[in-house]
Amino acid sequence: MIILIIYIAIFTGAYFAVRAVASQMAKAHDFTSLKTVTFGDESAVTADRSASIISVLAIFLIWGAFTGSSLVPIHAPGPFVGETTFTYTAEAPDGTRDDATVTFNVFPVGAEVAKAEVEPGDGFAKNDSETVGAWRSKLIRVDSNDEITKSDGAKIVAINGEPIEPGGTVEIDSGQVTLSAKGTPNYKPAPGWQMEPIWLPSPEAVVGRLSEIASEGYQNSTLLEHLGMSLFRVIAGFVAGALVGIPLGYAMGLSSWFRGWFDPIVEFMRPVPPLALIPLVIIWAGIGEEGKVILLFLAALWIMTIGARSGVSGVRISKIHAAYSLGASKWQILRHVIIPNSLPDIFTSARVAMGVCWGTVVAAELVAANQGAGMMIMVASKFQLTDIVIMGIILIGVIGYGIDILMRMAESWLIPWKGRG
Amino acid sequence: MSGLLIDDISMRFDLPNGEAVQALKNVSLDIKEGELMAVLGPSGCGKTTLLNIVAGFLAPTEGGISLGGGRVAGPGPERGMVFQQGALFEWMNVSENIGFGPAMKGTPKSETKKRVDELLGIVGLQDFGQKMIYELSGGMQQRVALARCLANDPDVILMDEPLGALDALTREKMQSLVLDIWKETGKTIILITHSVEEALLLGERLLVMAPRPGRIHKEYRLPFAELGVGADLREVKKHPEFNPTREEILSMIWDMEEEIMGRTESAA
Repeated sequence: MIILIIYIAIFTGAYFAVRAVASQMAKAHDFTSLKTVTFGDESAVTADRSASIISVLAIFLIWGAFTGSSLVPIHAPGPFVGETTFTYTAEAPDGTRDDATVTFNVFPVGAEVAKAEVEPGDGFAKNDSETVGAWRSKLIRVDSNDEITKSDGAKIVAINGEPIEPGGTVEIDSGQVTLSAKGTPNYKPAPGWQMEPIWLPSPEAVVGRLSEIASEGYQNSTLLEHLGMSLFRVIAGFVAGALVGIPLGYAMGLSSWFRGWFDPIVEFMRPVPPLALIPLVIIWAGIGEEGKVILLFLAALWIMTIGARSGVSGVRISKIHAAYSLGASKWQILRHVIIPNSLPDIFTSARVAMGVCWGTVVAAELVAANQGAGMMIMVASKFQLTDIVIMGIILIGVIGYGIDILMRMAESWLIPWKGRG
Repeated sequence: MSGLLIDDISMRFDLPNGEAVQALKNVSLDIKEGELMAVLGPSGCGKTTLLNIVAGFLAPTEGGISLGGGRVAGPGPERGMVFQQGALFEWMNVSENIGFGPAMKGTPKSETKKRVDELLGIVGLQDFGQKMIYELSGGMQQRVALARCLANDPDVILMDEPLGALDALTREKMQSLVLDIWKETGKTIILITHSVEEALLLGERLLVMAPRPGRIHKEYRLPFAELGVGADLREVKKHPEFNPTREEILSMIWDMEEEIMGRTESAA
């Protein structure tokens, strides 16, 4: 919640800052800048690149600030680390009271520290020392070295002078002390606002893990093998789906018989999410490569079929008439009019199909795989290796985005007439 | 080859709701070789249906079409067609569009290229051969459509409101171009239009059709097309016969439109 407020605050601040900077700089004098009506004019709204840059930077800034990253200059308050003490007041059965100090050495997770050496002190309650990791908590049996222990009837009645009952909590400077139901103090150092690496590792930890896995591999395969395997499955499934789906779509667009034949099948299978087919595909084809490629084939097939069908049905009848009256045969019309005319629709559905396949392959690998991006994050999550999980998610996102950019570039190169017919 | 004979054709088809539509009834025409015939009429008079039947895209329920003595069934390259707009192939450039017909026939490439260059000159698009269709203005696109049709050297050119979507100035230039091409090539042309003025300017013969059922209402023989060849069309419009004829035809079409309106109102 606080993070969300900070995030919104960054953008509100950045908006005014950018506006102020932009108004200082030379005014743009293009057509759009001269429009007086921009609210509601769709063509006047374009993505502000400075907002996009700030958007990416803000995510990394907040991520870094809340994980104690060394890459960002400012940090949210971290967890308490170092030596801290509190005193407890023990009461003997006869009503006499004595104070003793507990020294806690709070260490960063992963480090090993020794208990502090403390003098036992006077009175029946003796001083204690203990260690605890940051973000953790520890029960300390303070009475174990005391002259009158709990089994003798002694009980703790105050922490740092504040009275406490079993189940109660006292805030101290470096955290909080809770008395358990049985009367043993439990010290929890202040966690601060930063995230524990096990929940969210810092950006440099993720980058470090990326270079480590890129050079050493993970789960018996290199990073390239994992990603390459996922890509290979996507491409194999997509190509198979396109090879079957496009001719099927053409047949459905050109023949009433084929349209009637496959309409119920396509319309039934289209709304079934590919993920729902995973169990069935595993039962039928096992957890090997065939199963995954079949799944992706099914994911791409219906999308490509529908794309090709609408591409064929979308051809203007005047184009067909023109071709006939220019003396073209049916085959020539298919080759020179129907196919080129359907390419924009086919490309649009190919982009959708690639996106769906990429999403499906990750999901399929989550279920069962020896290699693959999805398998990598699934195995890592079982070992609480959050940095690998985050790295995997980022790589999956980047690759998915890259695929779409490549498809769009291919589209503008191969079918420049799209949308201009 | 000789003229186009439209022999007593009728077109009647059933609607899904059980009603029957009589789109054309007993239409007969004898169009001589080299004639330019404009067809005019209120919407729903069956002029586009008539053109589609001549082109071979529709089969009449009665009667038939013959061209040069041979019966017509189905579309063919001897009857070229120019559509209103959007019938060009936007995945091809201008030259490929114009050369489409010859390429489909398997004409040698060098021959096709020569013909395409010649046609580009005729329609005034010499430097536009390598442009893509979507880079051209609407008027230029219609020039390409005209050239594409001519490339096949058809006996009859059928035009379905080819200038309907153009602005007034472009339209006037295109009207001159159509007249010039007609005179130069001597093709038989059937032109469908909504514009009375265009029909007067271009139609050597002018056919006014009436709706419900679609039929020939009146036929004119006009001097303006001959006068317009190679001349300023605005001068032709100053001809003493031009305005009276236009008024006569306009009021004829108005009467038909009103009759339709009255009939639908009384039906409602």
